[in-house]
Amino acid sequence: MREINAREITATVARLCIEACSVMGPDWWQAMAAAQAREEAPLGRDILLQLQENARLAARTGEPICQDTGVAVVFVELGQEVHVTAGNLYDAINAGVRQGYTEGYLRKSVVDDPLLRKNTGDNTPAIIHTEIVEGEHLKITVAPKGAGSENMSGVKMLKPADGVAGIKKYVLQVVEEAGGNPCPPIVAGVGIGGNLEKAPYLAKKALLRPLGQRHPLSHVAALEEELLAAINATGIGPQGLGGRVTALDVHIEIYPTHIASLPVAVNLQCHAARHATAIL
Amino acid sequence: MFRIKTPLDEATARSLRAGDQVLISGTILTGRDAAHKRMVETLRAGGELPVELRDQIIYYVGPCPARPGKVIGSAGPTTSGRMDAYAPLLIREKGLRGMIGKGGRSPEVIRAMQEACAVYFLAIGGAGVLLARHIKKATVVAYEDLGPEAIYCLEVEEFPVIVGIDCHGNDLYTIGRAKYRHTPGCCMKA
Repeated sequence: MREINAREITATVARLCIEACSVMGPDWWQAMAAAQAREEAPLGRDILLQLQENARLAARTGEPICQDTGVAVVFVELGQEVHVTAGNLYDAINAGVRQGYTEGYLRKSVVDDPLLRKNTGDNTPAIIHTEIVEGEHLKITVAPKGAGSENMSGVKMLKPADGVAGIKKYVLQVVEEAGGNPCPPIVAGVGIGGNLEKAPYLAKKALLRPLGQRHPLSHVAALEEELLAAINATGIGPQGLGGRVTALDVHIEIYPTHIASLPVAVNLQCHAARHATAIL
Repeated sequence: MFRIKTPLDEATARSLRAGDQVLISGTILTGRDAAHKRMVETLRAGGELPVELRDQIIYYVGPCPARPGKVIGSAGPTTSGRMDAYAPLLIREKGLRGMIGKGGRSPEVIRAMQEACAVYFLAIGGAGVLLARHIKKATVVAYEDLGPEAIYCLEVEEFPVIVGIDCHGNDLYTIGRAKYRHTPGCCMKA
């Protein structure tokens, strides 16, 4: 049994919120450089340059890359040997979000009630996904998610007979309808299998995988490659103004499903593919 | 590269074409979901708006809070489509001349823009730090209770935008996408 103090969790989450919003990972820089080399549209190339310049400035000054610093989506991997002391895990995470979004001058974009729509003023509550795993570590990933891309996402309950062709058709449909709205070049997270609520969870989780890294199963990896090529053939391009680079990557996660089901979820991510992780 | 000063008159608006890169200097207003809803509800109830929109440009933005010593936080555009339900009334009835945002617009908005000669500009979504550098002053002028959604008057210097949809109905989204589109399904095996 290992004890972790809730205050340490709060401080970690606060730091991750600020870091995720202003510092892009090495995989992102690599993907953007590759996109820059591949893009043929003059305006598209100019947009990619400006996005990289913007990210460089943000990393240097600590300012958020995008003003939509999103809802704080927090993935927690909790070792079953861990005991959280001096408070409960979820309160500690929300306190960290409150602190990070306030001290980091990040935008507070959460309303308390979807119908009454009053801003909570501190960007809480976070959306927290917890997985209990073996061991005595606590892994926390903060993935701020903006609404521009989230609003363009979707889930569909396909029939098994729709097969891989049906999956491709649906993913392409979501991307085509989204056009320039989700701030391309996008990352497409695709969840296949599970049930109605599992598929979007997989799609969201797929967005955490480093850009350029393929799924370990070869048939899934092949589908990722095929979808990426098809999305980049839509012509949507950077910011939707035309070009060869519509997506930086496509990541698929799969899960067993019912004999009668083929759920597919597509979670679109804007070019600001933000996430930061710490292990306690 | 075109340089324009606000207010934006009809002749200048008419001269702009989809794809033109434009630097805007002068003052622009901000407004997004909540402010638009309130403005349109006010007009429909026969009320007066708290700001003059004639020949003005509204920037669809909800900026980050300003750090100490700064004018404004990151300030890139939000998705314009959410304002489509409100924009035609402001263009037709109140003479709104320009909008800055990101993403496509509905046929209703484009029709109103053609009728009343309004221009839709695009700023680069997610380039919030770069864009904020062109904002020299930010003052709340209405709906302060809406927080980041209040209406601000921004003083801007060479604020970089692209004409997305001009007042003749040309739409850069449609033009650009068609130009780089491969034959549908070309990359699909099945």
